[in-house]
Amino acid sequence: MHGLVTSLATVDSSWIQFDWSNLFQNFWPATFDGMTFGAIYALVALGYTLVYGVLNLINFAHSEVFISGAYAVVFTLSALGFGPNPPHLSLIAIIGDLLLACIAAMIVSAIVALIVERVAYKPLRDRGAPRLAYLISAIGASFAIQYIFFNWRSSNAEPAVIMFNPKPIFDVFGTIIDSQQLTIVIAAIVMMVATDQFIRRTRLGRGIRAVAQDPDTATLMGVNKERIIMSTFVIGGILAGAGALFYVMKVPSGVIYNGGFILGIKAFTAAVLGGIGNIRGALLGGLLLGMIGNYGQYLLGDAQWTDVVSFIVLVLVLMVRPEGILGSNLAKVRA
Amino acid sequence: MRATKLIVIPAIAAVMTVAGCANSSSGGGGGSASGTGGSSGGSNGLKSLPEQTKIDVPADAVKPAGDGKAVCAPTTTLAYVGAETGANAQLGINIYNGVQLAIDEHNKANPKCQVQFKKFDTEGDPSKATGPVTQAVNDKTIVGVVGLPFSGESKSTGKIFQQAGLPHITPSATNPSLTQNGWTTFFRGLGNDNVQGPAAAKLATTMLGGKKVFVVQDDSDYGIGLAKTTQAALPKADLVGTDKVTTGQKDFSATVQKVMNSKADVVFYSGYYAEGAPFDQQLVQKGFKGDFIGPDGVKDPQFIKQAGDASKNAYFTCPCIPGDLIPSFADAYKKVSGGTAPGTYSVEGYDAATIMLTGIDKGKTTRSAMEQFIRTYDADGLSKKYKWTSTGELESLPVYAYKVSNGNIVSAGVIPSS
Repeated sequence: MHGLVTSLATVDSSWIQFDWSNLFQNFWPATFDGMTFGAIYALVALGYTLVYGVLNLINFAHSEVFISGAYAVVFTLSALGFGPNPPHLSLIAIIGDLLLACIAAMIVSAIVALIVERVAYKPLRDRGAPRLAYLISAIGASFAIQYIFFNWRSSNAEPAVIMFNPKPIFDVFGTIIDSQQLTIVIAAIVMMVATDQFIRRTRLGRGIRAVAQDPDTATLMGVNKERIIMSTFVIGGILAGAGALFYVMKVPSGVIYNGGFILGIKAFTAAVLGGIGNIRGALLGGLLLGMIGNYGQYLLGDAQWTDVVSFIVLVLVLMVRPEGILGSNLAKVRA
Repeated sequence: MRATKLIVIPAIAAVMTVAGCANSSSGGGGGSASGTGGSSGGSNGLKSLPEQTKIDVPADAVKPAGDGKAVCAPTTTLAYVGAETGANAQLGINIYNGVQLAIDEHNKANPKCQVQFKKFDTEGDPSKATGPVTQAVNDKTIVGVVGLPFSGESKSTGKIFQQAGLPHITPSATNPSLTQNGWTTFFRGLGNDNVQGPAAAKLATTMLGGKKVFVVQDDSDYGIGLAKTTQAALPKADLVGTDKVTTGQKDFSATVQKVMNSKADVVFYSGYYAEGAPFDQQLVQKGFKGDFIGPDGVKDPQFIKQAGDASKNAYFTCPCIPGDLIPSFADAYKKVSGGTAPGTYSVEGYDAATIMLTGIDKGKTTRSAMEQFIRTYDADGLSKKYKWTSTGELESLPVYAYKVSNGNIVSAGVIPSS
């Protein structure tokens, strides 16, 4: 044991090594795996970005909005007979069940997001509280929801719920892309594009942009600010619910009371990297963050470096572009 | 609301994609879903270990009943200090039921020596443990303690026992540093983490026949130390790669990729089940056909729940004896526990109490006499031979292999130490 302690305390001359050949060898698997998780970050990042755009507020409880949706996915699928073994169901049945789980997750996440808004933020807004108060109440809401799940579901993760067995689909540069990766990335991108179009083209989207640009003028112009704020939280919740479905698909036993915490921080980082308040930035930031972390992991040898590399890149990007890669203003999005 | 409708449409599109993907692949291997769990001992070229169904207890194992002629003061008390409630209470319950059984058997056989039993709850939490331990050492009727179950709480309270001269035997704390504080009152009733590493290496190579072992560690003291001793014990040619992960990590795709690249046939995960379970699940999902080995931190029914079908490839090492395979013990235990079978460390708790009861029967009813008695003790218990070194470690330290069979963790026998 003394040997162990000394060796940990002594600075090993080879404690950091760059293994470029390892990175190049695994470049494509790292890219595709990174994109898969990055797509999930991106969906959750949208919730941070939309709320920030409208209220200039970081909704730290959004990670719990996400994990509530993940619980909804697990409960719905468990009730439908899914479990730790891949189901023996017809294709149509699986699609139907996943759709149901997705809708359940969206509803639950949207409701939780709305409750957080009404309980943690609206009373402060009504009283014109300073910005710091929102931050504290956001962190408080986050912990409160976490420990409600802790007391209800214990400290253990929920049993695994496996939706389907990933099957190889096609081969890119010698790397197999499987059905799970493809589903998550395509579905997430479709949803992001839809959200982007929704904000650009619909009446509600125009309202959201108006409030983001100038809440007072928007109110004078007849926009119902409270309704816009609630809608923004609901949209963020719906997207987090979809993210939750893909998260459980990727990590079937990842649903645990504090499971949203780290993912939430990553998603928030993705939003900042792409430009907080910017919907396309969230997509770009999410995918990049997923890939960069993975590259770092191969370059430096192990998973404990993932976050070090991700955050160094974040700082470097912000040094050059303090507003994030695509800039940070939701209001400036052109219709 | 319009917003809701518009977002649900892409969701439907999303699910349609699943359909497309699953569809295009169902022609290939639709029916093979259940086969991907990977059966050990078959296609992967590794050996399969038979399930152990019965354990032979040493013929001269000391029983708590003694000779039935013991005489002691009616206030003589043994105590259990450890978790009774809290997130990790189950381990504590397993232990104090074992202690309770030993005391019941002793008192039934010895009408003139009725030993009392007191319990103090630490919730398994190092920051809460000092209170109950102080209470226990201040109760002068207590001559010996079984506990504390966890390494963290043992570390934070060993000094209090030492100052009060109250001997205690931990039935389950395995951190190696606990015996290096000069505490003369601390005795460990099982092998520490340093014996598990070599045992894991033995299990991977000699017993399972693995030729390419990949070692993954987490960022805990436990995981780091155990990975180090395991790697040291593996033949150099057999270690094909290592990786490090973090507590709370959920996505192991890069680590899985490295394992697949290394063509490893056995993966040893040095950490706890919370990360071990999703890791094993993701390995198997990517097509890993070999075996997965975890230490006692992974050996938990939760591992099977969370890894699902993938857990079929899992083996575990544990310095704990499977109490349910000793029929006489299992039956008697169920009467005390209200019907539940003995769990992890029940036998170790029973053995620790038996040693102290034997001491009481021999008239060692002061704390210092009890400490001296334990220090020079040399006899078999149900689980192993109990004879301590000067630091409070046992001399012989059996480690058991466990495996997954039909969704349960069952014993596969003792791992030979040489």
